[in-house]
Amino acid sequence: MSIGIKIKKGLDINIKGAAASQDAIVERRSATAAVCPDDFPGFVPKVEIREGDAVKAGAPLLRDKNYPGIKLVSPVSGVVKSVVRGERRKIERVVVETGDGGPSRLDNGRAAADAAAAREFLQLSGLWAMTRQRPYDIVPLGDAEFRDIFVSGFDTAPLAVNPAGFTAGDVKALEAGVKLLSLLTSGKVYVSRRQGEMLPDLAGAEMVDIEGPHPSGNVGTMIAAVKPVNKGETVMCLDLPTLRRVGTAVLTGIVPMNTVVALTGSEVTEPKLVKTVVGAEIAAITDGDIADDHRHHRLISGNVLTGVKVEADGYLRWPYRQVTVIPEGDDVDEFMGWASLSPKKLSTSRSFPGHFLFKKAFTPDARLNGGRRAMIMSGEYDKVMPMDILPEYLVKAILARDIDRMEQLGIYEVAPEDFALAEFADTSKLELQKIVREGLDYLRKELS
Amino acid sequence: MDKARPAFEPGGKLSAFRSVYDGMDTFLFTPRETSRSGVHIHDSMDSKRAMIIVVLSLLPCLVFGMYNCGYQHWLACGATEFPFWGLLLYGFLAILPSIVVTYLVGLGIEFAVAQMRGEEIQEGFLVTGILIPMICPIETPLWMIAVATAFSVIFVKEVFGGTGYNIFNVALVTRAFLFFAYPAKMSGDGVFVSLGSMLGLGGQAPDGFTGATPLGQIAVSGARSASDLSAAFSDVAGNHIDLWHMFLGLIPGSFGETSTLCILVGALILLLTGIASWRVILSVFAGGAVMALVANWFATPTYPASFLSVGEQLCLGGFAFAAVFMASDPVTSCRTNVGKYVYGFLVGVVAILIRTYNNGYPEGAMLAVLLMNALAPLIDYCVVEANVRRRLARAKS
Repeated sequence: MSIGIKIKKGLDINIKGAAASQDAIVERRSATAAVCPDDFPGFVPKVEIREGDAVKAGAPLLRDKNYPGIKLVSPVSGVVKSVVRGERRKIERVVVETGDGGPSRLDNGRAAADAAAAREFLQLSGLWAMTRQRPYDIVPLGDAEFRDIFVSGFDTAPLAVNPAGFTAGDVKALEAGVKLLSLLTSGKVYVSRRQGEMLPDLAGAEMVDIEGPHPSGNVGTMIAAVKPVNKGETVMCLDLPTLRRVGTAVLTGIVPMNTVVALTGSEVTEPKLVKTVVGAEIAAITDGDIADDHRHHRLISGNVLTGVKVEADGYLRWPYRQVTVIPEGDDVDEFMGWASLSPKKLSTSRSFPGHFLFKKAFTPDARLNGGRRAMIMSGEYDKVMPMDILPEYLVKAILARDIDRMEQLGIYEVAPEDFALAEFADTSKLELQKIVREGLDYLRKELS
Repeated sequence: MDKARPAFEPGGKLSAFRSVYDGMDTFLFTPRETSRSGVHIHDSMDSKRAMIIVVLSLLPCLVFGMYNCGYQHWLACGATEFPFWGLLLYGFLAILPSIVVTYLVGLGIEFAVAQMRGEEIQEGFLVTGILIPMICPIETPLWMIAVATAFSVIFVKEVFGGTGYNIFNVALVTRAFLFFAYPAKMSGDGVFVSLGSMLGLGGQAPDGFTGATPLGQIAVSGARSASDLSAAFSDVAGNHIDLWHMFLGLIPGSFGETSTLCILVGALILLLTGIASWRVILSVFAGGAVMALVANWFATPTYPASFLSVGEQLCLGGFAFAAVFMASDPVTSCRTNVGKYVYGFLVGVVAILIRTYNNGYPEGAMLAVLLMNALAPLIDYCVVEANVRRRLARAKS
């Protein structure tokens, strides 16, 4: 049985530089791989290794201070090259040099025995940290009880690539993952699927067929439509590749750390799919595919809406399976841009001719395209937010640090990524995702 | 611009004018600032463009206002020939001082406040500054406009925190300030038609002529029936005014608000570009029409304006102008979608209500919008509470 959902609000942003799922996959080896604790909100890192130690892929590098059972593991087998620390000795990343040697093997015999065993298995294997919980959009607390588990089966973000098909082996692994996860919840495991997508029904999971523009692939959209998170409830969220890793780990005892990255964006000469490891070097992934046009480039690990800006010597960040390269735009002098009628301008506003060119792919740069203002226009956020949330009021409650109001307006249901489209469309150029993240962190601190 | 920048940086010779420099720089060139957090691409739309589109949508009314201003003057002087360019130039010369004074006073205050707070200049006054002259009678003395503009920019906008934080529509408060502080100059026979000549253009209107607006004529008409009333409308030269004239707008009235046709052209621009909310605009007209029907149903000679037909109610006075350009101001209207319907509808109802049942205030639209500005947060509050209750009910079940 499956649930059918149709999303009307939202926006598909059409950007130049798409890679197709049928493309041949190029394999690119990364000399080093890194784990950045910042990608795991809520996880307070403590080092478990020292520089120079030999580690296997899947072996712990960091543990959580509050729940020492939760680990972040090494993506590759090799030698720990460095533990990079920033201000106040904050761990910025742990870099591992790729060497020889097989992956670390977990004891998978008892993994699916009961809930406690499943929990321990996931935490030790590093898979627990690859999931998120709502409320707060953090790595799930070690002792969290989940009402339901939501798996987003596809990605609708700009230029995201979804797998062209699933082999019998894939389905077997996914079903093993669902089986393990269902031990952790008294509710159901929901898996979303785009209408007409190849993913077959998975045994043990409730399939959710979602139709509509981005953010239909966001897990938050599925939760809001199926069963929103109420105060006091916790749900676990993950994506399909993580579910498959869980299943593979249960079946084989090895957590696969390879990933297929979509190299996309208008500044990529040849968009393609790259097979590499989690946490690979950006330079290894892009490997000469960035246009040499003397413009400033912005390298994004992830998509243009929620991704992380990285330097050329940076690393692929979790949980992204995409690298996007767009022009930075700080080298452009544009005379009276606000009066422009150029069809090259990307906008949700009908005052730009480009708005009417539905099929056209745009080449936006990273400029704000205007000054920061107070909230002036109304209803802009609502148009791209398919949840029963009043975004303007929630954002105002967060800015005012009014905890009661935030709760009443549904802060437990949202994650920063749910506000990404609103942030894109906002005439006043407010940093909505940052505001929501700060609000969630504030709430967690005050209520703990 | 880049060459001049160092002088305006803190410590530079002209650092006191930093906000002015920034204002000019961002006006002429799209800022190079790129995103530092969150999304990496932003919509090309910004508040400058939004404001400019509103100004653009006001231009048909402004140009028509100039023509009409000249036309009314020529009529008042008893002319029989109406040279198009002469009328337009006359109107242009008549309105120019008001526009210049409004912008000088308003932008001066904005620049000063922006500099004081160390902020960028905000473009909100671009719209306000053109609205103010358009909703005032043409004969309003410049010093009054200056005083009223200064009052509302400071006490209605800046003390609340600037553009985006105000509760009341700034332009309308300016008008209301004038209306209550200088009532003699804001209504009556002699203020809606320009009387003197402009740089030799036009003539001198004869003494004792009356140029009351149709709404002003109602109160003194003593009409006992609908036909009485429509017969009572006459223009400056004594010719009869029918509904078509009211729609076209060649009648006495505040500078920019007489022509419903031009207002609708402006509305079309605002709605096509999506700048204004169709929910608000549509429901203002709906509310006005419903109230006009009700008033007409129970028409009584005690309130002669109740004899007006729906069409006349919507075309006369500042109703259409307020519906399109005032009620739809996103900052002071409701922000929730359901709220917008309620807000708009009530603006329409209250505008006609005041106009019909209070002969002293023919300009009900202005007061209606201001009243609803004050009530908008309450309407929104109810809509937000409904959302909150839905969430609580869900949590309990």
